[in-house]
Amino acid sequence: MTFFLETLLGGLLAGTMYSLVAIGFVLIYKASGVFNFAQGAMLLFAALTFVSLQEQGLPFALALLLTVVVMAIGAIVIERTVLRPLVNRSQITLFMATLGLSFVIEGLAQGLMGAQVRALDLGIDDVPVFLGEVMVSQFDLVAAATAALLVAVLALLFNSTRIGVSLRAVADDTRAALSIGINLNRIWQIVWAVAGIVGLVAGLLWGARQGVQFSLSLVVLKALPVLIIGGFTSIGGAIVGGLIVGAAENLAEVYIGAHIGGGITPWFAYVLALVFLYIRPAGLFGERAIERV
Amino acid sequence: MTTLSHSLPAAHDSAPVELLRRRLPWGLLALLAVAFGLVPWLGNDYWLNAILIPFLVLSLAGLGLNLLTGYTGQTSVGAAGFMAVGAFATYGLLLRVPGLPLPLALVGGGLIAAGVGFLFGIPSNRIKGFYLMVTTLAAQFFLEWVFTKFPWFYNYASSGTISAPRLELLGHDLHSPLGRYLLVLGSVVLLTWVAVNLVRSQIGRNWMAIRDMDTAAAVIGIPVDRYKRLAFAVSSFYLGVAGALWAFAYLGTASAGSFDINRSFQILFIIIIGGMGSIAGNFVGAAFISLLPLLLNQAGQWLLGGNVDAGQLQNLQKIIFGVLIIWFLVKEPEGLIRLLSNLRERLAIWPLRF
Repeated sequence: MTFFLETLLGGLLAGTMYSLVAIGFVLIYKASGVFNFAQGAMLLFAALTFVSLQEQGLPFALALLLTVVVMAIGAIVIERTVLRPLVNRSQITLFMATLGLSFVIEGLAQGLMGAQVRALDLGIDDVPVFLGEVMVSQFDLVAAATAALLVAVLALLFNSTRIGVSLRAVADDTRAALSIGINLNRIWQIVWAVAGIVGLVAGLLWGARQGVQFSLSLVVLKALPVLIIGGFTSIGGAIVGGLIVGAAENLAEVYIGAHIGGGITPWFAYVLALVFLYIRPAGLFGERAIERV
Repeated sequence: MTTLSHSLPAAHDSAPVELLRRRLPWGLLALLAVAFGLVPWLGNDYWLNAILIPFLVLSLAGLGLNLLTGYTGQTSVGAAGFMAVGAFATYGLLLRVPGLPLPLALVGGGLIAAGVGFLFGIPSNRIKGFYLMVTTLAAQFFLEWVFTKFPWFYNYASSGTISAPRLELLGHDLHSPLGRYLLVLGSVVLLTWVAVNLVRSQIGRNWMAIRDMDTAAAVIGIPVDRYKRLAFAVSSFYLGVAGALWAFAYLGTASAGSFDINRSFQILFIIIIGGMGSIAGNFVGAAFISLLPLLLNQAGQWLLGGNVDAGQLQNLQKIIFGVLIIWFLVKEPEGLIRLLSNLRERLAIWPLRF
């Protein structure tokens, strides 16, 4: 029983790491209808920038601040060069543009800052902590707390600032938002910048876990099932989806994987997502599109 | 009843209106003559092995994905998974069925891939758009895992790789570059001809109706679910044959890793750059995708004289590739094929313009 609980809890905590990546997707999808495949590349870019700045001897806070500035500038450039020329195009076109964008960002990140694996120390010890009889990793606890904090900040941003209200207006009805004078381009820049910062947080945590390297951008493939289980349009969904995927993945690897040869984590989340979708085609919390002919 | 038929006397007598005037496609015939006649005579092994064979196989794979994504509107990022099924199934058939001719093994591999594609197409009756796209990743990762984890598929080889046990047609050995080129070319021409007619048939028109709006297609009485599944199956058949050719005619030795997610993206790029919903576009897109890295490599060495290290060159290639994709999407969303047809129309009226 303790073993089961440990597996479950470890999975749930790992799931919050997936949620962190998925939240970046949801933000951009809600505000601009773009399925942003480049989120993984942005995460890699942010983490690499931070590590490179720290290697220059900058203190933690200053490096963090500078990385945030870099991500904001990146968001403005992306909005100018990719989103604005493609406005009003089909969603699939925008998705493919972000595929191209991910190539550009990955190439830039590795070209400018090198491809070798960098260690990142956030000063959190990865030591086991005992909750009663159940052993969990301290790092996982910190990561989960960070995710919770991030969601709280985002909720505050969305619900009680002027920018947040405009963001929600754009997400709700782009045309109506435009007609009451909301600057759509500015909103997109802000959203992409915020998604970049969320990417930075996720990148730091993932980077501290497995080293800052190219494979960090593949985290995006981990986040996709989370995203479709929760629904593209719900931050809460991203959290719940992450928890479900994390827990199910851990349990399946231990209890099912052992019988069919192991190594099932790459696809298990996707098959799980498929089953969920078959029952709820727009995810658990996604908006069901009403189709009119 | 009688009055009605009397009031319309001419309806049966008049010849059917000629809607589509069919001309002999001279350009296409010339191209085929070059491909079958001139290339084998002129082409050297490097050209056949490194450029023409991968180009043709990628065109075929693009064609398969285009039937699903460009014609039926079901975006898939699991193309390479179905290619892997085709490759491993063809291998299994050649290995375990003695005396089975190569074309039959290819078709058999394609049919098995079609079956798998049909299975993964079943959710398309409820899941749409991006949600469906992500579920096709399930196919990609699951199939990759299956072909790595179960040694039966690669005949318990310690390396986990497969290579064609025999590559011959009617007693002719096809192991030479020329033989493999002709095998690929023959398969591609045949399957392209089928595809051209398929998309013009009732099936193709139903697919396009579903692509344009599946709810509307259902309203006018098209069995949407069945045609979506059919599209998955047919697309997977093409991808399966392409996968088998990729493994045996191009690579020679393949493993599940030859069909990873990057291959899926590569094929997706072929149809975006070439043109969605266009048969000829696949060939243009495949030519672009397979030639661009070679050109960038050459240009890099020529400009920088080998002073720059390979890693940086690769990063630069990645950036250029990404920029080109975005640029194409911004400038010409209908792909290179549209660019070419615009150019042709312009040249036809040159030097005057409307």
